[in-house]
Amino acid sequence: MADPLLQVTDLGLYCAAGDFFVDPWRRVPRAVVTHAHSDHACWGCDRYLTSTAGAGVLQLRMGADATIDTLAKGKSLNLNGVSVSFHPAGHILGSSQVRVEHRGEVWVVSGDYKVEPDPTCDPFEPVPCHTFISESTFGLPIYRWDAETVVFGQINDWWRANRDQGKASMLYGYSLGKAQRLIAGIDPTIGPIYTHGAVEPMNRVYREAGVNLPPTTYASSLPKSTDFAGAMVVAPPSANGSPWARKFGPSSDGFASGWMRIRGPRRRRSVDRGFVLSDHADWPGLISTVKATGATRVLLTHGYTAVLARWLREQGLDASTLATKYEGERDDASEGLTTDETAP
Amino acid sequence: MNDFATLYAALDETTKTTVKVDAMVSYFKRVSPQDAAWAVYFLIGRKPRQVIPTAKLRAWAASLSGVSDWLFEESYHAVGDLAETIALLLPEPSMSSDVPLSVWVEERLLPLREASEEVQRGAMEAAWAEMNSGQRFVWNKLITGAFRVGVSQQLVTRALAKVGGLDAATVAHRLMGEWEPTPHFFERLTSLEGGDAAVSRLYPFYLAHPIEADPSTLGPRSDWQVEWKWDGIRSQLIRRQGQTFLWSRGEELVTERYPEIDEVARYLPDGTVIDAEILPWLGGQVQPFAQLQRRIGRKTVSKAILNEVPVVLMAYDLLEHEGKDFREMPIEVRRARLEEVLKGTGWDGRIMASPILIETSWDALAEVRTESRERGVEGMMLKRLGSPYRVGRVRGDWWKWKISPLSVDAVLIAAQRGSGKRASLYTDYTFGVWSGDGLVTIAKAYSGLTDEEIRKVDHFIRTNTLDKFGPVRTVKPELVFEIAFEGIQRSTRHKSGVAVRFPRIARQRTDKVASEADTLESLQALLLRDSGSD
Repeated sequence: MADPLLQVTDLGLYCAAGDFFVDPWRRVPRAVVTHAHSDHACWGCDRYLTSTAGAGVLQLRMGADATIDTLAKGKSLNLNGVSVSFHPAGHILGSSQVRVEHRGEVWVVSGDYKVEPDPTCDPFEPVPCHTFISESTFGLPIYRWDAETVVFGQINDWWRANRDQGKASMLYGYSLGKAQRLIAGIDPTIGPIYTHGAVEPMNRVYREAGVNLPPTTYASSLPKSTDFAGAMVVAPPSANGSPWARKFGPSSDGFASGWMRIRGPRRRRSVDRGFVLSDHADWPGLISTVKATGATRVLLTHGYTAVLARWLREQGLDASTLATKYEGERDDASEGLTTDETAP
Repeated sequence: MNDFATLYAALDETTKTTVKVDAMVSYFKRVSPQDAAWAVYFLIGRKPRQVIPTAKLRAWAASLSGVSDWLFEESYHAVGDLAETIALLLPEPSMSSDVPLSVWVEERLLPLREASEEVQRGAMEAAWAEMNSGQRFVWNKLITGAFRVGVSQQLVTRALAKVGGLDAATVAHRLMGEWEPTPHFFERLTSLEGGDAAVSRLYPFYLAHPIEADPSTLGPRSDWQVEWKWDGIRSQLIRRQGQTFLWSRGEELVTERYPEIDEVARYLPDGTVIDAEILPWLGGQVQPFAQLQRRIGRKTVSKAILNEVPVVLMAYDLLEHEGKDFREMPIEVRRARLEEVLKGTGWDGRIMASPILIETSWDALAEVRTESRERGVEGMMLKRLGSPYRVGRVRGDWWKWKISPLSVDAVLIAAQRGSGKRASLYTDYTFGVWSGDGLVTIAKAYSGLTDEEIRKVDHFIRTNTLDKFGPVRTVKPELVFEIAFEGIQRSTRHKSGVAVRFPRIARQRTDKVASEADTLESLQALLLRDSGSD
């Protein structure tokens, strides 16, 4: 029996026919990368191939010396007889699904994705395929997202109320992707926007790539006497409770994540507000995507994989879990929270 | 209902007490007295009994959501709360409404209990169809009789006091005893006029703080009244207008459960309120708390149980004397009057004043305190002479000087996910000690670790699972914990043959490996010392 087009090895998801890896978790000679989050982009590979739109953030993450080849979305490249192309995944700037075709057989690796619109990246495009390797972070029917406008309405109301009480609004979200989506979505007429040192460099790369973000100021560049009352401060979750966060004076804190949909994780976070905003597909998004690809076989890489696989099998698909290292056991909210923050 | 659900969410999300109080104040001012009365009722932890069994709710919600049983079950395990799971799974509402809380409760919830199953189901589906997920959650909690919210009665009291411009103690007093959540009640609760001493109304309990330091730091021994710390049910005995009311600290009226006290309480003069402890008492000696547990839940008391576990009332303090609030009097005056009231014979030994210890130095007290366990008490109570009877847990005048608990080093053998704040983390642990070559379960515990430690143990459990039985995972016996507990007794219901009381995790013994944990024999040795009986 022939090897499957993509298979899991110790180093990562390997295409033997084309001799390359997709999102490897150890150093390899040739890495095809869906996006720059650290559980998908591993440091120290000889060569990277990623979408043109994603090259900036990947370079920032992998270091100036990393060799990064790019490929515009929709264009294909022949690697040892295997055709490779990138298609928008809607997760963060430049995030792509990887389509791999060999002798008429088509596989698509989703990486992380969401199907709802996001002003900071190209919208998700379903790609027809035979085998779909999908994430399933939120693969339970309890995960359903409200429209982005509803969530940003909540965030803006909260910000306004804090401002009127003379407080700063500390909004925590993952520094690459989530932070920029937050900054792009909030109403900059409410007050000034400040950022944490992990967020501001990402903003720069986003702006260079043509993403329209309102003006932001790196908070630590300001004199100690600065009055932060009424300001919005965007920072990674790890900054919550740190001495850095205390210098903003009276404040209210909020956390933006899909896990905030559930009361337990919301309370465990001990923030004043949990906003349900995710860069991953919710349950309806996962299901509609699988359907749209027309795939007859679905392999699930991380999240509630067993649940979604069983549900898909009940719908007559060949679905199973693929043991990858994208996340540890992810059937848990707290681990979900930490993985949301894994990158430096 | 929308207002109440929003209030619930606001109280639930923040940990800042000032924010909670402000949210309640603004709610009480905004809504009708009728709604406010019900809100007070729910916020301080009163609730209607379960209206519809959870199995039915689960089935109706699953079918309405188009989710199969196994998928519902998976969802439930991820959420850790049935009311919330249902709220999240149901399809989006088809309309929105803003029916006031009181209407929901009085016209839709309370009548449901008597209704047929079809009517119940129809009513639930109609309710769900017009509620958003926040309202559904609160509604489901009310229906299942499991409504709880993260505010203490003290905070509710503070908010109400702010609304009425009153002091908190007045509100606390008005909130006690039996009342119905009516608009009239709410108006009286927050009104400036007093004169509303309902005959059954009790006083808020004064609660002691544990003292961590050496008691000599409290100043000279002669400034303090010292008593044993009895281990029973804290209660208040009220005699007014020829009627007797015995309240437990949980504000449950328990007069009928303890007829032996009711019988003698009639000899108290009208206008008397006594702060006391209900204790199981036999042959002139206090009995283990486990004995009292046999009486706690019983509403009808048989002759047999009355003979086996008779109780007495150990009186601590006199709160009302000759119809007047006596709490501002210094403790020595209250105590002297208490002794006068309890003088004479009619009591049949069923109500007695808690003895005052006469040892004249802290050292001498410390020495007597070492006998606590043999005497069946938990240590000592230190009460500052000259102090009034205060409200709630105010530091400084009353201290509990408890003996250290018993403890055992046990091995983590199984775990289950928590609920509420800890839903979806493995936080409910089962511990075992060695019996021969195997480990036998001796306790379950789910408190005493920091969030950081919980995360580590959670990770250990996930990576060292031996087997899964439903929500329970058995794990490789590797981690050792020191389990503290208050008492131990023989048990035929437990495989180990012993049951420990109030077990909790004292600390993780990272310095010990599993083979160094304690044995069942060493626990059985404690049985003798702890004088527990069958």
